Amino acid sequence: MAGSDTTARASAGRPAPDTVKILIAGGFGVGKTTMVGSVSEIVPLRTEEPLTMAGLDVDDLNGVEEKRATTVALDFGRISVSDDLVLYLFGTPGQQRFWFMWNDLAVGALGAVVLVDVRRPKTSFAAIDFFERRGIPFVIAVNGFHGEHPYPVEDIREALTLPDGVPVLLCDARERESCRDVLIALIDRLIAQAAPAR
Amino acid sequence: MGGSDSAGRLVRPFTLTGGRTRPSRADFTLITTVTAADPQPEGAARPQPEHSRILRLCAEPMAVAELAARLDLPMSVVVIMLCDLLEAGRITARPPRPVDRTTVDLDLLQKVREGLGRL
Repeated sequence: MAGSDTTARASAGRPAPDTVKILIAGGFGVGKTTMVGSVSEIVPLRTEEPLTMAGLDVDDLNGVEEKRATTVALDFGRISVSDDLVLYLFGTPGQQRFWFMWNDLAVGALGAVVLVDVRRPKTSFAAIDFFERRGIPFVIAVNGFHGEHPYPVEDIREALTLPDGVPVLLCDARERESCRDVLIALIDRLIAQAAPAR
Repeated sequence: MGGSDSAGRLVRPFTLTGGRTRPSRADFTLITTVTAADPQPEGAARPQPEHSRILRLCAEPMAVAELAARLDLPMSVVVIMLCDLLEAGRITARPPRPVDRTTVDLDLLQKVREGLGRL
């Protein structure tokens, strides 16, 4: 393109958009990738990182079969929220031993959705704890098995011993509108948290 | 993502980086957006095949995570190649929008909310 001698304007096509990210966390098999896929404008993509490349000490490989190549997979999708702003959704690795990956993931995240399986709520405790400790805002989304929700929100809140103010939503990770509403609830929480600070 | 041949997939990518396992710069995140420079720098040598693939993919802006997924290569390998391309002036990189928890960007949040509302 004409007259572009500065590197920032070197592209001939559209300018690079701003990017932000939200994490979709929760226990193994709770529906994280399903949720990403329900709202993403692209088929969820997967990037895999060999554990050895992440600077892991050999000692930390306890429980990992030795000769087998082990990778940590990250599934993600994207939503173009406007012409110049793209939201990425990252489904975090479910297994606890891969959590060292999360620190990098969490840096610069707007916030997180912690998906909870009502049949196995304990599998999401670690995720809740992770975001609480780091002061990363999150909402709880209870993914109903086959979209069914046998327990009231208050029971779930009690079972998870959530701090006051953490929103709990019932959702169906397979439904686009349901997942969208969960993301909107997270953004509303971020906006609400920002307001009283002034 | 076939699981067969996975040991080979782990080792082979580093032949693309000349054996290097660490990037020369730390500023490529998952959602850093990369765009091929157009025109490419004058007098630059012919890029190696993997570099050419990257340049084709990011003819339009593309996030690093997406590049890695579409190349079917680990992030760590892609980032090393991106460092080379950046230093050679073949790409530009745009960092993600910074998120500061002490001074929340309400305009940004509203924009995200409106975008989600249109889904």
